[in-house]
Amino acid sequence: MSLYYVQKLLYHLNRDPAQKQRFDDNKDIVLAEYSLTEEELHALKKPDIGLLYVLGVNGQILMHYATMNGYDWPQYIQSMRDGVTEHGPVREGLYAMIDGKGAL
Amino acid sequence: MSLVYAGTCCHSPAITSRGEMADPIVRAQLLAAFERQRQAIEDAEADAIIMVSSEHFANFFMDNMPTFSIGMADEYEGPIEDPNWLKIPRTTIPANPDLSLRIIKDVIQTVDVCFSQEWKFDHGMAVPLHFLTPNYETAIIPVNINCQALPISPLQRCWELGKALRKAIDAAPERIALIGTGGTSHWPCTPDSGKINNEWDRELIDHLINKRKDALLAYCDEKVYQDAGPGAFEMRTSVCIAAASEEQSGEVWFCEPIPIYATTCCITTLFQL
Ligand SMILES: [Fe+2]
Repeated sequence: MSLYYVQKLLYHLNRDPAQKQRFDDNKDIVLAEYSLTEEELHALKKPDIGLLYVLGVNGQILMHYATMNGYDWPQYIQSMRDGVTEHGPVREGLYAMIDGKGAL
Repeated sequence: MSLVYAGTCCHSPAITSRGEMADPIVRAQLLAAFERQRQAIEDAEADAIIMVSSEHFANFFMDNMPTFSIGMADEYEGPIEDPNWLKIPRTTIPANPDLSLRIIKDVIQTVDVCFSQEWKFDHGMAVPLHFLTPNYETAIIPVNINCQALPISPLQRCWELGKALRKAIDAAPERIALIGTGGTSHWPCTPDSGKINNEWDRELIDHLINKRKDALLAYCDEKVYQDAGPGAFEMRTSVCIAAASEEQSGEVWFCEPIPIYATTCCITTLFQL
């Protein structure tokens, strides 16, 4: 279980311009600094915003990573919907509180 | 001196970032209500504003998430978001570390608050400040309630924080205004973003202005999540202000769902001299 580290990485990218620059320069070096599963690494590198949502990343953190990757707002919303269709309900965190599907 | 004004307002980032996309008549009414609140704070001759908000992972993270934190910095900065997106220029916000210290020392007698000497404001503070202190001339003391990461602060403790803040405010020689931000139904940054439960919002606001402690503390997190979305956990900020101003009933100055702002925008006054 390393949802915590996925969110921590994204929190750092949102908040720390130097870490963001390092990530832009070489993703693998920065990703190696966090304890992440293969699935999480894949979701972060691709990036698969929908899968990150299903893994449980909080939208207040995820939204910024989507923007960083060029998603506009409708694309971001759609990617989460697609994520639930493809990978099933949210598995952990705040949105798993009820059924993880939201109001789809 | 003591508490000179208390109220709540909305903090949706869309109020500034997507401002012009709302119905112009409704937007004008919202801005008029913000202006009325700004004027009320000015008329109350507030030396400082204690602003209770729920930030969105700008300063606090799950490595050390405070249930409650109070700012004690020499100055603050914000917004942390891209100013071109939020449409609020990045600026320095004046502080009053000496007053912060006295407030914290008093509050900490009954509620275990953390303190922060570094704090970057996100839209939860920046949007209200943009309307309430547009010239950034009033000292701000930020207070954060964890409404984002589970386990969130229990409502009962948010009530006690409000009581502790009031006691500390009344012990200070300064004239202090107290503002809570956020807390109506919304599903921010999720596939349900844009959904609003206006009926739920109106009921909450009615409990708030009538200071119905039992009703406010009876809300259950799972039911709030289901009925009003995770964004409604921010009702904790309003509950805190209601506790701090329990002796007076309040007034609703604006309460309308604005879909493009993804929530019901509300402005209430909960205490006036
Ligand atoms: Fe919020």
